[in-house]
Amino acid sequence: MKILTEHIDVPQIETLAVYKKNGGYKAVEKALKKMTPDEVTEEVKKSGLRGRGGAGFPMGMKWSFLAKPEGVPRYLVCNADESEPGTFKDHYLMWKSPHTLIEGMIVSSYALGANTSYIYVRGELMYVISILEKAIQEAYDQGLLGKNILGSGYDLDLFVQPGGGAYICGEETALLESLEGKRGNPRNKPPFPAVKGVWQCPTVVNNVESIAATSWIVNNGGDAYAAIGVGRSTGTKLISASGHIKKPGVYEIPLGITVEEFIYSDEWCGGIRDGHKLKAVVAGGSSVPILPADMILTTATGEKRLMTYESLSDGGFVSGTMLGSGGFIVMDETTCIVHNTLTFARFYHHESCGQCSPCREGTGWMDKVIHRIEHGKGRREDIDLLVDVAKKIEGNTICPLGDAAAWPVAAAIRHFRDEFEWHIEHPELATKEGAVYMRPGASWAQ
Amino acid sequence: MKVTIDNITVEVEPGTTIMQAARQIGPEIAPPAMCYYEPLKGSGGKCRACLVKVTQGSEKDPRPMPKLVPACITAVQEGMVVENTVNESVLETRKGIVEFLLLNHPLDCPVCDQAGECHLQDFSFEHGVSTTRTAEERNTFEPTDLGPNIQLHMNRCVLCYRCVYTADQITDGRVHGVMYRGDHAEISTYIEKAIDNDFSGNVIDVCPVGALTDKTYRFKSRVWFSKPVEAHCSCEKCTGNVTLWYKGDEVIRVTGRKNEWGEVMEFICNTCRFDRKKTSDWVIEGPTKVARHSVISANKYGANLIKPAFPIAQAARDYKLIDDDRDRSFLHEPAKIEAKK
Repeated sequence: MKILTEHIDVPQIETLAVYKKNGGYKAVEKALKKMTPDEVTEEVKKSGLRGRGGAGFPMGMKWSFLAKPEGVPRYLVCNADESEPGTFKDHYLMWKSPHTLIEGMIVSSYALGANTSYIYVRGELMYVISILEKAIQEAYDQGLLGKNILGSGYDLDLFVQPGGGAYICGEETALLESLEGKRGNPRNKPPFPAVKGVWQCPTVVNNVESIAATSWIVNNGGDAYAAIGVGRSTGTKLISASGHIKKPGVYEIPLGITVEEFIYSDEWCGGIRDGHKLKAVVAGGSSVPILPADMILTTATGEKRLMTYESLSDGGFVSGTMLGSGGFIVMDETTCIVHNTLTFARFYHHESCGQCSPCREGTGWMDKVIHRIEHGKGRREDIDLLVDVAKKIEGNTICPLGDAAAWPVAAAIRHFRDEFEWHIEHPELATKEGAVYMRPGASWAQ
Repeated sequence: MKVTIDNITVEVEPGTTIMQAARQIGPEIAPPAMCYYEPLKGSGGKCRACLVKVTQGSEKDPRPMPKLVPACITAVQEGMVVENTVNESVLETRKGIVEFLLLNHPLDCPVCDQAGECHLQDFSFEHGVSTTRTAEERNTFEPTDLGPNIQLHMNRCVLCYRCVYTADQITDGRVHGVMYRGDHAEISTYIEKAIDNDFSGNVIDVCPVGALTDKTYRFKSRVWFSKPVEAHCSCEKCTGNVTLWYKGDEVIRVTGRKNEWGEVMEFICNTCRFDRKKTSDWVIEGPTKVARHSVISANKYGANLIKPAFPIAQAARDYKLIDDDRDRSFLHEPAKIEAKK
């Protein structure tokens, strides 16, 4: 079952003519001519579509929070600032099939009553920006954007805004600041963007994948979308699979297949690379807790873990993780978890905006401590120190970057504490090129 | 609108923040503030020193708020119940915030002009621990001049953004901002452009630490050796209401008048601050009532002394224990060493 990537391999799908030939822009026609904005919103609500950017907040509900005062413009902003290490799905979708996003933007903007919409694209993706701009120009030429779209009386202007390449600008309020031309510091909430967003007007910020899915929902109905998936995790999800698997890439999966199937089946990842064993998985991009092999395949209650929001977070942070943005990083037994944690910690240290003190100082501190451990200069108390620092960052910051920095460190220590201890106790072994600790009796070491 | 903070109920106007409500009750209850500055619009929410626990959101919705909330920017609601100094997790978090703020701080209080009127000193004295857990090298910066009268010690900065808001709101034309990210972020005038605005000196007063210092005053005296006196003059640029700081008969410093919470309510111009340093320039009104967070009050104006708040008293007791310990190791030990002949 493919929704977003159904025609993605058709040659020249990035052009409007080919996209239309494959059923494109039907949703725009249907929504603008036959449906009211509220009907579109209702379909999205029915579909149970959840935000694909990481938090998994029901999209229909987010739309219904949008304040609608008279005479004040409303905005839709598409968050295409995909910068999470391990996640590369939005980039793939926009690069291959830009019209999928633009169609979704038109439908969603119509539902929200926005006459100006923005696509905020990560600055590093310059070539994607030029692809999008070309596609938007085509849509303008065909009357799909601009004044009086398809004679329906609805006007929409769509702009592409390149970011400066900061991870923090993927946080919605920092994104809005950056969009307004300011330094990308997250805002204090409340007020939420739904009340005061870009230019102090009501704004909805949605992920690329969520917006792209709305056109299919309009075409086929919310119930058809809700029929895919399990429970409250409906529809399909793009997963960026990377790491030590045979077939890394972007896969569109129906939510609800088992993690085991996703990793080992030939349809998806194709198993672990030649002859190695699975050691750990980061299931939803670098900021979600890492899980060792046995825990990612089965939950604490012994059930098979599914690729759904609920099943992956089963067990909370003790034995669970999160689906997040779908950056599925697989590690085999040759991976040093300490080194991996250092990479993540260094990333968050580099990307912290420096506005609030726990994150600004805490991320740097964790980075420096893990750096010492990795380089054979760790002290025994460092492990507890790291856990404590992570605890003091979590929940005490303005935006979720603090949590995102704290979780991977805390989870790596929770599940791989012996590996950190080994680094501290045997620095001469741990600092050798390619040295990896093998836990006796672990599922990946037999 | 009724709000209960640390079991004390107070009646406040709608739209009041938890911080303002707590300040109405008194300094024992008020959460510490490193970045919040009432006269500056938009300030607050950054340092996280004032995080408090809301155990009841409002009368209508009595659920507790899931996370600690910053008191300075959270508006009170009817029937809200807030825990500040009575909540374990709040105090524990505050310990962490002190630790974070001091992580890259040079701890050079002995040579810092701000010592004695430094919010970070007060904050760490009241809420911090006396030991350090960091073995890491601190981030360092070179001191830079912002114009002829102000020096920036980026090492000491806690990135409260107060001076940025001041530059934005009080002075015309934005020349003062933050560059770079994370723990290598820096306060900077854009591209080394000096602040030559008439009111630029106020960034010194709003700075909670010794990052922005007055070059006409540097190293002249420790704060607690000088005597603050209220004075005014007829100035065409500002109200002319200032505090003069005397050392003997000499005016060594001129600052804006600060309220109980260390906030300047009337900003003064650079002429008053940097150039009018003779007693004959001023009309003296009388001695300044010294704020609670100050060693300046020590042994000066008995009648004006403000009783220390509970956390300060507790911290003083704790500190004494450590101090006694130091005395033993530093003073008693050497006595055993035989004097050289």
